[in-house]
Amino acid sequence: MLRPILATLTRHRLTVLLLVLQVAFTCAIVCNVAFMIVQRTALMRLPSGLAEDELVAIESIDLAEPGQPLARHEADLAALRAIPGVSAAAAVDALPFGRGEWGNGIATAPGGEAMLTAAAFDGTPGERAALGLKLVEGRDFLPGEYLPLDSAHGWSGIDRVPAAIVTRALAARLFPGQSALGRTVYPGDGPVRIVGVVEHLLRPRPRERDGNEYAMLFPMLPDDAQVIYVLRTAPAQRERVLARAAEVLAALDHDRILRRPTTFAQMREAYFRRDRTMIGLLLAAAGGLLLVTALGIAGLASFWVQQRRRTIGVRRALGATRGDILRYFQAENFLIVGFGIALGAVLCYALNALLMLHYELPRLPPPYLPAGAALLWLLGQGAVLGPALRAAAVPPVAAIRDGAR
Amino acid sequence: MFAYYLELALRSLTRSRALTALMVLAIGLGIGASMTMLTVLHVMSGDPLPGRSGSLYVPLLDARPLGHGRHAEAPPNGDLAWPDALALLRARRAARQAAMAGGGAPVRPPQGARLPFFESGRYVTADFFPMFGAPFRAGAGWSAQDDDARARVVVLNAGLAARLFGDAPALGRSVRLKNTDFRVVGVLDDWHPQPLFYAPVDESVFGRADQFFLPLQTALDLKMDFQGRLSCWGSEGDQRGSGQCAWLQFWVQLDGPAQAGAYRRFLQDYLGEQRAHGRFPRPQAAALYGLMDWLDLQGAVPGDLRLQLWLALGFLFVCMVNIVALLLAKFLRRSGEISVRRALGARRRDIFLQFGVESAVVGLAGGALGLALAELGLWSVRQRPDGYAQLARMDPSMLLATFALAVGASVLAGLLPSWRACRVAPALQLKTP
Repeated sequence: MLRPILATLTRHRLTVLLLVLQVAFTCAIVCNVAFMIVQRTALMRLPSGLAEDELVAIESIDLAEPGQPLARHEADLAALRAIPGVSAAAAVDALPFGRGEWGNGIATAPGGEAMLTAAAFDGTPGERAALGLKLVEGRDFLPGEYLPLDSAHGWSGIDRVPAAIVTRALAARLFPGQSALGRTVYPGDGPVRIVGVVEHLLRPRPRERDGNEYAMLFPMLPDDAQVIYVLRTAPAQRERVLARAAEVLAALDHDRILRRPTTFAQMREAYFRRDRTMIGLLLAAAGGLLLVTALGIAGLASFWVQQRRRTIGVRRALGATRGDILRYFQAENFLIVGFGIALGAVLCYALNALLMLHYELPRLPPPYLPAGAALLWLLGQGAVLGPALRAAAVPPVAAIRDGAR
Repeated sequence: MFAYYLELALRSLTRSRALTALMVLAIGLGIGASMTMLTVLHVMSGDPLPGRSGSLYVPLLDARPLGHGRHAEAPPNGDLAWPDALALLRARRAARQAAMAGGGAPVRPPQGARLPFFESGRYVTADFFPMFGAPFRAGAGWSAQDDDARARVVVLNAGLAARLFGDAPALGRSVRLKNTDFRVVGVLDDWHPQPLFYAPVDESVFGRADQFFLPLQTALDLKMDFQGRLSCWGSEGDQRGSGQCAWLQFWVQLDGPAQAGAYRRFLQDYLGEQRAHGRFPRPQAAALYGLMDWLDLQGAVPGDLRLQLWLALGFLFVCMVNIVALLLAKFLRRSGEISVRRALGARRRDIFLQFGVESAVVGLAGGALGLALAELGLWSVRQRPDGYAQLARMDPSMLLATFALAVGASVLAGLLPSWRACRVAPALQLKTP
């Protein structure tokens, strides 16, 4: 059966070559696009470690001069906790998907070279519980571990802070195969003891690379005039609590700017808006390519069927069944798409290498190519079915009635 | 003759309507997608300061320690530490030079009843305004003496001036930023270069505009809030004054290659001097980048957009291959007709022209569809929440490029099939029944 097909195909060498080329490029692009879609989707689904459905946040900038931010936060938090429906509240300096990120190079020996940079989170006591971070080892900060109120916190306090809670990912990277609990690290000049490990905590601005969970909590208070209040409440209460929080804070002190009231779900949504656009475009491109290729295959196949009506008629007259004709066209298509896939496999990995070079995309995992090949074969068979059925319907009498066209 | 070929082409194309529609749609989609992305990238790689950009440069002095960990991989971003920026400012070796950093401050409106709000601006030195040719609606910038005297003056952009004072003149009025009163010495005429080239190049470099400008040294003195990158490798407590914290952007104006060459040598000398004191441990030489090169180097156009362009071009390519194959099959199916025409005396050239016209009709129809789709695509880009979205409009040059692409694509697509068609031999085809 193969030989007559190949003989026919060599008579349409140029057309077949073009079709093979089209299938090859479609295969290469679609495989890589599918991989990019999966990559982006995985990024968008990274667990933040927070109780995302239960959190709302609002930013406050204190304008009073001279400011006493630490005392102000205490008063604000007391008022916020009194709002009905609020189960916990904390003042923090950073949140996953928030605007600012600050980090420190982490060394495991005094004066040693930093192995990596970890994002830092400061917050009032109870921050971990308010955010819903799951402690898998160790404990929370003790009241005595917080830096004294009258000293500098944040970046200026990093040399004196005694303790830290790290993520499991950071612990595993710093101390592979061992427990990080009780170990000492050096984010600044002084030693910091790891007292707890949380399951997950995403750095504020995660991207497509490793280290998205290199994050640490420090027993330091946000001492800027600008602070984020995080409130925990039932999912259904979020909007109401957020509106009430703005009222409560404004009533407590006029001399401040309140901005960016948001639920945590909205923060995640906003952070990945571009990625969603990109996924939409990638899907559209892949869909468009497959559609054009399918239509191309169908168009060419119907040409060939019309062109070969007499030949088909002769074959039918010589005893070929409808099934034989149908299978002939299906086999021909299978072969053409097969050539396309073979060439496409090479192009696919070449394209992947280019993307790795310019867009920090990882190597294409093995399953994508077979999946793409199967998809294209199915697509080809689907596209050729109509013309092939029409070919099978050609009566034997076409052998004498139809001229060569 | 041409009119006749056109008629033949239209007759042939209407005979297989579905196929014609498919070809027009494929080429239209391909051109539409490609032109959308080409236009977006074209407007985004545009010159933010036409006429001036050629003489603006960024000096690159990388004071970071020898690399280790993640810091080693980050390419230099041009940020300077305060002592270096001050040294370059004081040396006055360029025609003009300015240091700058992003900032933000709560603004208190003059009437007490209105609520304070937060606004982003920039802390700059005196040469900033004349060097970048910032257009003033009223007043002017401040002088180098004002810089040294830590003068409490401010230049407002039109948006903030209108928000604070409405239609009343802002010049000479007082504005309270954070906890200090500043006197308005100039109002800019709604100045927002796209991209905001002088700011650190990051994902928000398009779309935003600075609403106020304060003298840098005044802002440092008053401990105003800074925004943007700050990268330290040890700071002895004082980040903004430290030689181990990079956070300032620096621009110079150099008129002509001679000045640029001299400034490059000056930078290298400065680097050598500093190395003698144990600073600048990295071996790289000092560099000087022109404005457009700088934007390119720092990746002002997001990688995602480049990827989208390549995707669109790939799509166009596959569509083209598709059309070539379909046209080829279509033309060769008419071998009988061709051989009859050839036998009746038509030259190869005539056949080529006949089929060329037919493919051109497909290409032009596809191009027209592509143009409409590109407008639709640009409209959808404008709906994106990104800063560059509002720039995405077709300009005359891109309109022309779309037209050229459509014609070029159709000619390319028709070339091979028409050539194959005109190779059909007359006698052989007449012989077959």
